[in-house]
Amino acid sequence: MRRPYLRPIDRHWWAKPPYLAYTLREATGIAIAAYALVLMAGVICLALGRSAYDAWFGFIASQWSLALHAIFLIAMVFHAWTWFAIMPKTMPRLVVGGRYVEPQLITAAGIAIASLASLVLLLIARWVLP
Amino acid sequence: MKRSVAPVFWLMFGAGGMVAALFGPALVIITGLAVPTGLGLGTTTMDYAHAIVFARHPLGKLVLLVVISLFAWHGAERIYLTLKDMHLGPKPALAWLSYGSAGAVTFVTAAALLAVGL
Repeated sequence: MRRPYLRPIDRHWWAKPPYLAYTLREATGIAIAAYALVLMAGVICLALGRSAYDAWFGFIASQWSLALHAIFLIAMVFHAWTWFAIMPKTMPRLVVGGRYVEPQLITAAGIAIASLASLVLLLIARWVLP
Repeated sequence: MKRSVAPVFWLMFGAGGMVAALFGPALVIITGLAVPTGLGLGTTTMDYAHAIVFARHPLGKLVLLVVISLFAWHGAERIYLTLKDMHLGPKPALAWLSYGSAGAVTFVTAAALLAVGL
């Protein structure tokens, strides 16, 4: 019978460095999914009618919701940061003018584009929304 | 050869991750911080009258469905892989739990957007 050697692994490996950094990055997925659930609840309440929607908006304006969205914002920014930090490893190697583009340049460009995209969306919202 | 469905989940994960990286911070600031507190945006921006007009417009529907479902699929992929790496259960069960939830979010959101009408 095959009895492969399995190196013992600490049950809490994910809570300790260096894996903690990966765990924190993956945890942003929980916040992003939770934000989707908050928005989904809003759309459902909207379909149910005015009183249901007003109740949802009452939650959105509550202290609990503001604290929750502050966490979502931190998670979103951390997600964007790590998303572009690993981008040079997740995308095909970029060749410009016969030379490989430096990983740091790809990361910096990604973060710059993301900052600009969010800033533009905020400005459009300020300009267009009532 | 049996084809894997993993690339489909990866595509949703990647698309959701990119949308979240580009617009996530601004979306959270608008819907969760600026509008409810009235800082920078009016508190009536997301009241029933404005929200229903937005959700009844085809482009509004598209934005809501894309943002909500892609964020759900993105989160599901990360949650599934983390739970799998933590050995918290059999792989098919974890996959059904996470991808199933994202599928349910997509379906329910689409149904609610249809119910809102045009």
